[in-house]
Amino acid sequence: MNAAVLYALVGVGLYSLGLYALIVHAHLVRKILAINVMGSGVFLVLVALARRGGEAGTDAVPQAMVITGIVVAVSATALALILVVKLAAETGYATLSGNRQE
Amino acid sequence: MLLQSGFDVALGLGLLWVAWQALNSSDLFKAIVFFIAFGLLMALAWVRMDAPDIALAEAAIGAGVTGALLLGALARLRASNAGETTMGQAGNGQRRFMASRRLLWIPLLLMAAGLGYAVLSLPGYTPGLSAQVAANLGASGVSNPVTAVLLNFRGYDTLLELVVLLLALLGMWSMAGPAPPPSAEAAAVLDGLSRFLTPLVLLVAAYLLWVGTRAPGGAFQAGSLLGAAGVLLILAGWRANVASTALSLRLVLTAGPGVFVAVAAFSLLMSGQMLKYPPAYAGILILIIEIAATLSIGLTLAGLFLGGRPRGERKSP
Repeated sequence: MNAAVLYALVGVGLYSLGLYALIVHAHLVRKILAINVMGSGVFLVLVALARRGGEAGTDAVPQAMVITGIVVAVSATALALILVVKLAAETGYATLSGNRQE
Repeated sequence: MLLQSGFDVALGLGLLWVAWQALNSSDLFKAIVFFIAFGLLMALAWVRMDAPDIALAEAAIGAGVTGALLLGALARLRASNAGETTMGQAGNGQRRFMASRRLLWIPLLLMAAGLGYAVLSLPGYTPGLSAQVAANLGASGVSNPVTAVLLNFRGYDTLLELVVLLLALLGMWSMAGPAPPPSAEAAAVLDGLSRFLTPLVLLVAAYLLWVGTRAPGGAFQAGSLLGAAGVLLILAGWRANVASTALSLRLVLTAGPGVFVAVAAFSLLMSGQMLKYPPAYAGILILIIEIAATLSIGLTLAGLFLGGRPRGERKSP
């Protein structure tokens, strides 16, 4: 097993851990953390698979896509966080109403 | 060889462990700090995969700016008493849910095994698009293949990405109202440090922007460094005396996508195809786009950290 496959498998693991946390945690900031970890897992799989070119080095196209993805992820995270802050200011909870015990 | 594989295995396990801590620490503050550490380990992993461009972006954005945004949001959540998790005070429904957690592992493990099998069953060698990128690199105007893909071959993606970044800021401005005032007088050490570091960060950003045409670096890495400098200044209590309605602020924020669209229109006229630069001008066009994009990215990221519309009446010290 070479390094590329190893990192691709780590990416799969990160995606699975993130999905688990996304489902079990009610706090919305934890859900945002989970989505970010899932995204990192996807990026890792994408670039690790692009690494299989051998001597040619890592394929530049997936690398550029991951850089784009990182910037889009930070934009989405910032917008999601401000939504949570506003929700908490309105309701006093940082969870969705279905996950709340009144 | 053995040392390298050992390092890869340790880094892979470390990534999984730190991610688990970031996702499941009982204290949210601790979870966010683990998430920042996770971003730094990811940057190491990118270096191990010969992707230094991504490593720079991950360290500055994935760990730095995202971490700052998360900590900023946590501080505001704690102010409205919503910063802690509700794990301790689980109700009846919550308890039933806890019991079904164990069952959740079964589909998740099956999914992970399926994805792992898919990864392992792929062929070991695929050249991908490396050959095409290498063949056209000469006409792209730059010699760093990642910059060539970002700003020439797939320029359309990058243009829309700049728009996404701007949209996030506009969304925050419309929801958040005016920015919260600086919390207190900054400590003298932070104030002094920000004065020392800011010029240095500006210098490194300019270097990364310039070197990005032929070596790892470029508009995103430089822009995120500018954003980090902005975060540092905001933390030290410094506020620029511009309102969100100020023309100068809006011009810099839209410079990146604006210049990109102008270049797209120019290339449409010159070569009949959008974003297909004439090879003779490609280098200078890419540099112009990158300079504008760097300024916009830096200001947008700092604006996102500000947590609201800048007010403008505050005098800068």
